[in-house]
Amino acid sequence: MTSDEVRERLKSRSVGIAGCGGLGSNCAVALARTGIGTLVIADHDTVSESNLNRQYYFLSQVGEPKVSALKDVIHRIDPAIRVISYKARLDPEKINLYFRDCDVLVEAFDRADQKQMLIEAALSLFPGKPLVVGLGMAGWGKNESIRFRKSGNIYICGDEISEISDQLPPLAPRVGIVANMQANTVLEILMQT
Amino acid sequence: MKIILNNTAEEFQHETLTINGLLSLKKFSFKMLVVRINGSLVKKDEYETAVVRDGDDVMILHLVSGG
Repeated sequence: MTSDEVRERLKSRSVGIAGCGGLGSNCAVALARTGIGTLVIADHDTVSESNLNRQYYFLSQVGEPKVSALKDVIHRIDPAIRVISYKARLDPEKINLYFRDCDVLVEAFDRADQKQMLIEAALSLFPGKPLVVGLGMAGWGKNESIRFRKSGNIYICGDEISEISDQLPPLAPRVGIVANMQANTVLEILMQT
Repeated sequence: MKIILNNTAEEFQHETLTINGLLSLKKFSFKMLVVRINGSLVKKDEYETAVVRDGDDVMILHLVSGG
């Protein structure tokens, strides 16, 4: 299948991305380049300088809401992509409202408690919907520890161990690897269905 | 009983176990988890009562911060 044929297949598909930090911004860009028709993005935060070590934003975007900054980045790549953006702190009610029509949902939060909230809400609200989770990518090196596994409709990307801390920050390479694994998983799911 | 725990076959001497029992046997001390038994979500307040039986497929996801 050619790249154009892939784009044609993906044109009618919609992917939800919960969180537009390191995972969400990089995953969205990879999906945009591949030709996903619709991206639904949600995040409450604004771009700060400390985000630039891993998130797909630019110095000139510091201070902008992440969802508008990401929408601009996506449209600089491909203006034809439909981007539905919500600047909001997600809770189960909003998750239902924003993401119920998406073919696949990507979990792209930073904090463990937020990941838990999103995964539990998605499993309750959308029992069969594929959910692609990013788990464990702090630090550097250790390529061999980054893995993928599937458990029912949950797809897990990451080493599942490395938690961020002052001494183990999230950095562009490993965050980017996991974000792109998430995008690759979304692609695999969408090309099969 | 024989169960599938996180995609791996495991055998326990117990006939059944609660989620809390399973967590303590496996020495899983993580605070932030998502648990499913045969695809059904088990919330934290059910860890003491939800029962794992022979043949069950159990997922225990350990949530770590970073993203």
